[in-house]
Amino acid sequence: MNSKLSRRRFIKGVIYSSAAAASGASYYLATAQTNSNAIVERLLSLTVNGRTRLVDVAPSETLAFTLRNKLGLTGLKVACNRGECGACTILLEDVANYSCSILTHTVKRRSITTVEGLKTADGRLSAVQQGFIEELAPQCGFCTPGQVMAATALLRTNPNPTRTEAREALAGNLCRCGAYDHYLNGVMRAAELLS
Amino acid sequence: MTFMHIGKDFTPPDVEGKVTGDAKYVEDFAPEGMVTARLLTSPLASGRVVSIDASEALRMDGVLGVLTADDLPPSSAPDDPVLASDDITYIGQPIAAIAAISDSIAESAIDKIRIDYERRGFVTDPLESLVEGGPDAYPNGNVLVQTNSLEDENATIRGGISKIKWPPSEIEKLRNGEEPENVEFADGWEYGDLSASFAESEVIIQESFVTAGTPHHCLEPRSSMAYWQNGKCFFYASTQSQSAVVEPLADLLGIEPENVCMISENTGGGFGSKGRVYPTMAITGRFAQLLNRPVQLRITREEEYYLGVGRPGMQGWVKTGVRADGTVAAVDVIIISDGGPTGRNSASSSAQHISVVYTPTAMRLRNIPVFTNTAPRGAQRGPGQNEMSAAIAPIMDKAARQLGMDRAHFRRVNAPHSESPVYESQGPITSAFMAEAIDIASNMFGWTEREAAPRQRNGSKVRGLGIGLGYHSAGGSGYDGLVRITPDGRIHLHSGVGNLGTYSYAGTARAAAEVLKCRWESCEIVRGSTDQHLPHASTQGGSNTIFTHTRTNWVAAEDAVSKLKQIAAIEFGGDADEYEINNERVFKTTAPNQGFSYAEAAAKAIELGGAFSGQEYPSDIHPITQRAVQGLAGTGLVGVAKDNLPKRGIAPGLMISMAEVEVDLETGKHEVIDYVGIADCGTIIHPQGLAQQINGGAVWGFGMASSERHVYDPQNALPANTGLYQAKLPTIMDVPIEMKSGAVDIADPYNPAGGRGVGEPSQGSAVAAVTSAIADALGHSFNRVPVTPDMIVNFANKKDQESALLAINTF
Repeated sequence: MNSKLSRRRFIKGVIYSSAAAASGASYYLATAQTNSNAIVERLLSLTVNGRTRLVDVAPSETLAFTLRNKLGLTGLKVACNRGECGACTILLEDVANYSCSILTHTVKRRSITTVEGLKTADGRLSAVQQGFIEELAPQCGFCTPGQVMAATALLRTNPNPTRTEAREALAGNLCRCGAYDHYLNGVMRAAELLS
Repeated sequence: MTFMHIGKDFTPPDVEGKVTGDAKYVEDFAPEGMVTARLLTSPLASGRVVSIDASEALRMDGVLGVLTADDLPPSSAPDDPVLASDDITYIGQPIAAIAAISDSIAESAIDKIRIDYERRGFVTDPLESLVEGGPDAYPNGNVLVQTNSLEDENATIRGGISKIKWPPSEIEKLRNGEEPENVEFADGWEYGDLSASFAESEVIIQESFVTAGTPHHCLEPRSSMAYWQNGKCFFYASTQSQSAVVEPLADLLGIEPENVCMISENTGGGFGSKGRVYPTMAITGRFAQLLNRPVQLRITREEEYYLGVGRPGMQGWVKTGVRADGTVAAVDVIIISDGGPTGRNSASSSAQHISVVYTPTAMRLRNIPVFTNTAPRGAQRGPGQNEMSAAIAPIMDKAARQLGMDRAHFRRVNAPHSESPVYESQGPITSAFMAEAIDIASNMFGWTEREAAPRQRNGSKVRGLGIGLGYHSAGGSGYDGLVRITPDGRIHLHSGVGNLGTYSYAGTARAAAEVLKCRWESCEIVRGSTDQHLPHASTQGGSNTIFTHTRTNWVAAEDAVSKLKQIAAIEFGGDADEYEINNERVFKTTAPNQGFSYAEAAAKAIELGGAFSGQEYPSDIHPITQRAVQGLAGTGLVGVAKDNLPKRGIAPGLMISMAEVEVDLETGKHEVIDYVGIADCGTIIHPQGLAQQINGGAVWGFGMASSERHVYDPQNALPANTGLYQAKLPTIMDVPIEMKSGAVDIADPYNPAGGRGVGEPSQGSAVAAVTSAIADALGHSFNRVPVTPDMIVNFANKKDQESALLAINTF
């Protein structure tokens, strides 16, 4: 995961937004129409998958909530909602981040990529998506969008990783089915497809 | 036999959606007008509700309704109620539900509900309840008297509450590895002459053991969403089957099964916890009916650890007698199960594991399911077998060593074969080739040389080798298959099997393509929603899908082939048996030009009607399948049949694992360095899917061996492990960077495609290989899982362990 996304930074974001966020409760706060006294911009311009969209965002709203509930991008999953599992992983620029642990207001000038934005312009699957299919990497599939995004971030900075490097890149993404070996095979296959 | 499809890799149709994000899970559906429900849960471990006042909550803007136990069908203890009232039995138990226009309003409204509770005493450790004078989980007792047998491990346990107490002296004996005497048990079984078999034994070992209860950690929580249209309930849930949950859900909602439409296209992990309905489904369905709006009940990660079912824990004692030739003569086992508030236990299947993989001549089980005020318990991957596998492996190692016998050879001497009798009935199995599996594993791992070599020691790190066996009954019969050929030439393979990500719904459908001798590209699998007309199927659990549903697909496709030939005989003359099929054509064997395509035959089937196109169907198919066929009648050539193929006894899924671990005596951490898993699962149906199950099961085994467990604060019964990183499942850094797997690949004679399942034993053999390897590294067995770092550090420093002997649900 992005070392720049520290817990401190998340908490700072919450304070700036004049709203308290407890770990599990942030999801619910996200919909609250509270804090009418605070002067906070509500209509944000977000760049998601190359398109700029205007979205009404509450100050305490997490990026996972905005993407799933406001923009209909349900590919990312909310499995823990507290930065443990990685199922909500998205890219900020080319860096993998947990979208459950980012306040939407903090990323309004960033380029956001979700799993829905990975296909090429002509509709072909990305190398990671293709590699994962060929190696039958997913099992239940719930963690898969997050694994795809973590692997995509790796290959953008290191297109020819060792198996050890690939393993470290996926270390923030839990898979309860235990498909780790197969995800690693998928990343190595994707690297071959890219070369 | 040479197959066109069986044994070959293919791309299951649902994989692409998983990598693109298009695959939809419960919370991804949000129909127009959907509102949400939230739960009010118990702050008490035990007690009852005296009164509930929700009037203030109901006056809030945006609040739509409240449900309490009075609004739902009554339930009696020890059943797990949808909403508790007379018997609150664990912290986090749902007591009331609020529906509102948003999650946050529902959450705020929950705070406005006033409840008067009556507190009761509680207990978190079965042995503390079993001792005379100890607290009981229910006011009227501490032990489940089970009244139904669990041939289907996903079924609900039925029974009553009774009271059994042991003198403190006998509890102490159990804690110290001795046999308690003159005490009462709730249940058990026995076969063979136990005392005579012990008398023949050269080595007798008796020890106590303890295995922790564990949460399932499915990444998709058990959320649900429902709406009603024209008296029919459309229900979105995360389940292990589309068709097997229809009837229990209809019961829960008080409607007829034909009025339930179950939608479950993808399931984000089940592992036994979603084999049947989960109680909170009743809240979603009832609210949706009352409010006449779509209602979503989202279950959070944290709530999963309270109200999600977990694996029961065990506290036990086992006495094992082994003859001089290494054959196991007798096993005597006592199991005290931690059944949580539901009494769910796996004592019998735990003991059956021993009867299958070590084939003792005589055996006895005595057991008591004890209630505790902890999470409800249910089936979890290899229920009973896998935790017993972990406990028994180091004990069997000890016996082999005392006889001076190689540990792998000891397993081979006792390995089940096709004529081995199993279980308390000493009944037959369909086939077993475990000696062959042990040989393959030994060669791949290099067991003999590595076992003979001295163990490596590097500073504070010591290495050990381990071997483990896994077993689970892996196959059923009697379900229905349904295939349909349409006039466009498409072959529709209808499947009611759930989609947990094993891809066995697709692997088994290929058995139908095999019989129809058709291209896979001509087939499409119809599944995901019961309004797609799905046949009666098993739940996708119990490792059974491969065996059970290759059979149903096979018989349905055979019915279709028979109809193709009959239609051709009507069209071109002669008898049906003068015709054969190939290249998606049916034609006269002696004159191949006299025939037509499957597409033309399907059009003819519609014209002919009757059984050819589903207007008539066999009388022995299940009502669910009957309704499916009625829905399809007249749309093509319908092949439908019940699986009446012969089956001899149990279809065993068997595994052997070998592992090398490195144990750090300074930090107490252990790491799996090398791992091999070999399955005896009949013919390989789908190689990639099989590797996924062997390796994925192994990861589960590593978690059970090292870190996964329920933990409760004994002063308040408050669960302490309520996160993924607390009751910790393995991460990618906790598993070897490369894992090796394989299979015997000898056909099972009772399956037309030759396959048996193996999804569950793959965990049991892995956890056993790790506990065996840790004991090998330390020269000491804890007889406990998980083996946590503090246990290893205490052992290395010759200190007492933190927890009392055999204590459970504690740190």
